[in-house]
Amino acid sequence: MGNWDWQVFCKNTIDGEVMPRCFGSGGDITYLQWMLSAWGWTISVSLLALMVALVVGSLMGILRTTPSKTLVLIGNAWTELFRNIPLLVQIFLWYHVIPSLFLPLQQVPSFLLVVLGLGFFTSARIAEQVKAGIESLSKGQRYAGLAIGLTLPQTYRFVLLPMAFRIVIPPLTSESMNIIKNSSVAFAVSISELTMFAMQAQEETSRGIEIYLAVSLLYFLSAFAVNRVALFIENRVQVPGMIGGGK
Amino acid sequence: MLETDFGFLSWNVVSGFIIKGFIFSIQLTLAAMIGGIALGTALALMRLSGKKPLVLVAAFYVNTLRSIPLVMVILWFFLLIPLLIGRPMGAELSAIITFTVFEAAYYSEIMRAGIQSVPKGQVYAGYAVGMTYGQTMQLIVLPQAFRNMLPVLLTQTIILFQDTSLVYAIGAYDLLKGFEVAGKNFNRPVEMYLLAAATYFVICFSLSMLVRRLQKKIQIIR
Repeated sequence: MGNWDWQVFCKNTIDGEVMPRCFGSGGDITYLQWMLSAWGWTISVSLLALMVALVVGSLMGILRTTPSKTLVLIGNAWTELFRNIPLLVQIFLWYHVIPSLFLPLQQVPSFLLVVLGLGFFTSARIAEQVKAGIESLSKGQRYAGLAIGLTLPQTYRFVLLPMAFRIVIPPLTSESMNIIKNSSVAFAVSISELTMFAMQAQEETSRGIEIYLAVSLLYFLSAFAVNRVALFIENRVQVPGMIGGGK
Repeated sequence: MLETDFGFLSWNVVSGFIIKGFIFSIQLTLAAMIGGIALGTALALMRLSGKKPLVLVAAFYVNTLRSIPLVMVILWFFLLIPLLIGRPMGAELSAIITFTVFEAAYYSEIMRAGIQSVPKGQVYAGYAVGMTYGQTMQLIVLPQAFRNMLPVLLTQTIILFQDTSLVYAIGAYDLLKGFEVAGKNFNRPVEMYLLAAATYFVICFSLSMLVRRLQKKIQIIR
């Protein structure tokens, strides 16, 4: 398997010369710098897609628990549509198909198209969790809200959602970690994120093992960081008196 | 809004480009399912064995693979296998090995939950009638665990089928690739990507409906 050569990260990406302090000068960058910027792309795509997924997923999840048959149908159709097409195919649809069918979208940068693709894909999974969270509350809570004269939206806003969201934090945590892993498919549409970096730098330097190790470690660190943040939030908002709620 | 034109589609397009990829996607899914469940069950048994080295090895295996994106795992194996065996390996074979090893990590978590869902009394009953650990597992615990977990195992297999499209990263010729190559050849990429999405949707949606029905049946048996 040969010897390790970690110096590869200090090489200039243009001529392959090892740079003295591992950072390029005058516009040149080293593989380390390239990797860090790729990490930034991975994080940005993931976080933005997570926001899209949380907003759309919560909305669709809520629709699926309303008394209106039409709204339930819309929520169900949304979930089935985005759950039953592979993520890579969905990304291709956003990148190749949708802009050529709706011409104004050709002005939108591909980065945002990927964010929407990844966000909508994940929203189906989040809708599923949010629906399960709302349904896990006893029916009496909904009736109590309506009985004291709250409208349906108010019942959701003040009675159901404050409980449901806190219940679904653990499954949402694992979806947030998945979104970082899933952002790797963006390589297929030339977003310069970690996986794209790994493939290109491997080809250019032939030091695949070092590069893949570093990239895998960064994915691991990112997911771990999300996990810690989610755990922090979970502890802050836990419901007293429930299992796992403590205090 | 641009018009789409599916006029170029014919049986020759389907049989020439798409069937080949479809067959590989199915082969890959089935191989990874069978191999993954077998290996995954072994890993689950290791994790529940209570023997520290076995628990640690299995936990390391499962947690490592679950914390790296599948695309990276595909790239890793495509890089490492030729280095280990000393000669290049085709993308298709490499994909089959990768998916088996990768899916085992996910199936093992399902099997672990399944084994834990079997009441302890069943194990004691096995020991009480003089069975060994192996016999108890094989004849009493695992059959029940499989039945309890069947819907989840099948749902994971549908996800696996969707994930096979990621062999795109190493250029293997799967269902998605078939559509893509056909789209390039006839200069109709938009139509072919739409068809690819429709095909995956129809397959995955019907399968998940079947799983849902099965789930209801199993609930009644319980």
